[in-house]
Amino acid sequence: MSLFRRQRSALPGLNLTLGFTVLYLGLVVLLPLSAAFIRAFGMTWEEFGAAVASPRVLASYRITFLASLAAALVNMVFGLVVAWVLTRYRFPGKRLVDALVDLPFALPTAVAGIALTSIYAKNGWVGAWLDPDGRMFQKFFAHEGLLGRLTGLDLSGLKLAYSETGVFIALTFIGLPFVVRTVQPVLEELDPGLEEASATLGASRWKTVTRVVLPEVCPALITGFALAFARALGEYGSVVFISGNMPMRTEITPFLIITRLGEYDYRGATAIAVVLLLASFVLLLLVNLLQKWSRRHHAV
Amino acid sequence: MSASPVSTLARRRRPAAAATAAPPRATHDAPWVRWLLIVTALGFITAFLVLPLAAVFTEALRSGAGAYLAALADPDALAAIRLTLLTVAFAVPANLVFGVAAAWAVAKFDFPGKSLLVTLIDLPFAVSPVIAGLIFVLVFGLHGWLGQYLNAADPWLPALRDWLAARDIRIVFATPGIVLATVFVTFPFVARELIPVMQTQGSDEEHAALTLGASGWQTFRRVTLPNIKWGLFYGVILCNARAMGEFGAVSVVSGHIRGETNTMPLHVEILYNEYQSAAAFSVASLLALLAIVTLVAKAIIERQASA
Repeated sequence: MSLFRRQRSALPGLNLTLGFTVLYLGLVVLLPLSAAFIRAFGMTWEEFGAAVASPRVLASYRITFLASLAAALVNMVFGLVVAWVLTRYRFPGKRLVDALVDLPFALPTAVAGIALTSIYAKNGWVGAWLDPDGRMFQKFFAHEGLLGRLTGLDLSGLKLAYSETGVFIALTFIGLPFVVRTVQPVLEELDPGLEEASATLGASRWKTVTRVVLPEVCPALITGFALAFARALGEYGSVVFISGNMPMRTEITPFLIITRLGEYDYRGATAIAVVLLLASFVLLLLVNLLQKWSRRHHAV
Repeated sequence: MSASPVSTLARRRRPAAAATAAPPRATHDAPWVRWLLIVTALGFITAFLVLPLAAVFTEALRSGAGAYLAALADPDALAAIRLTLLTVAFAVPANLVFGVAAAWAVAKFDFPGKSLLVTLIDLPFAVSPVIAGLIFVLVFGLHGWLGQYLNAADPWLPALRDWLAARDIRIVFATPGIVLATVFVTFPFVARELIPVMQTQGSDEEHAALTLGASGWQTFRRVTLPNIKWGLFYGVILCNARAMGEFGAVSVVSGHIRGETNTMPLHVEILYNEYQSAAAFSVASLLALLAIVTLVAKAIIERQASA
């Protein structure tokens, strides 16, 4: 009855469910995705090169890559702290914080985009503190202000919304749960005996954490970083409101694809899309290899 | 498991030994370290998660409750809500059926190419939403495969061409395109929640039911379904949240016609770009409420599943 002789299960329905799965996957995902690659193959190398390597496109790769990298690195640090606090300590409101970590998965990106813009714009809750013309800025953050006198820093050139910083803020929002949710289960399952043994052998708490706990968490931390980074590369909705979409400065690659489509430049849009797709696929391949490696490493 | 943007139930189910048992003294952190880390974590969460959520509702109610309700009762807003619900009514059941079928095949059977299949199911998570929209324009657009087919002088199956041309069926820049793009971006949600749940469950109970004379469908309905119901529910609410809130993919395939091809997120964008900030945040607050309901449901399911 079955398509495959290797099947040993006596349960029914393999042909039906597998057939439907493959058909649906092919029609909804693989066939449309292949359209992008087939279109790109129809272009000559010169055409393709001109579409994916013009100065404006290169500038969009730059800001997309750098802001995604910075956001994923910041999330790696703070995501680890959040996961640590959630697994190790008790404090009021902990369950609420735990549930809230998933907000970027549940909140539509367009809503996140306009909300972040309203907070970090010049008249927003956070942005107002850093508006160079504002009273609070003069008091606290200007060169003559409190922070300036204490540290010698001058923040008068710093803009949050409608700047590169804005792109970074949106991508940090979107990436946080990836790091927390990959690191958290590893911290929960970590054998307490390891830390006890380290402490019994005379290691300081700092040494135990850096030499025993961190190496165990490291693969999950890198996986979370890579997932956050991959998601950030393709992110659109949360970024386009806060970035200002200035060509050569804050125009991210997905926005440029939409710009090209608006100009009816389908070839240009497709070529850039293929570059972005390949970048994400390579990243996810690396994540898969890393997870396979760390599982084998742990099995030994 | 490969790239997962959501924590799976199966993973969250494992006992949190370190978290519940009071750790011995030697593995305690000093009180000042503890406080520093808690304050750091809460500060970061506040700046990036709490403030945006609070801002949505504050901005929505800035012009008063009357303006808030008026923005929601606007005909274009109502049309956007209707289109969003319609899209979800197609996308979620489609991916639910697919998710159950895929999980059954992957979790209960061994066949060549299984790990490749699991990787391919996750593929839409790796695709930028903008590209998810673009590929449907490339297939169904005027300059895409369908358009070329309709305009070809000597097409394959001329009868089909004439049938399609006579009906003037629009797919992209109309509702079918919005549904297709949404199905694409929410494709893996149910499947990737169910596969690990079904795998941990094993097939012993199903084998027992079959031995006792149950039919395949009875076995699924009476034995498998009760075992996977929380995982199923969990996948569905995540799929639903993403389907209602999808922006990038839908933005590419929508015709951006007010009252016709605008979903709720697209309506928010239009209002916001027209400087109708309070109205934009009013519609956005509905989506934020949806997010809160999703998070609460998720917390409840996680507790039910581990109880």
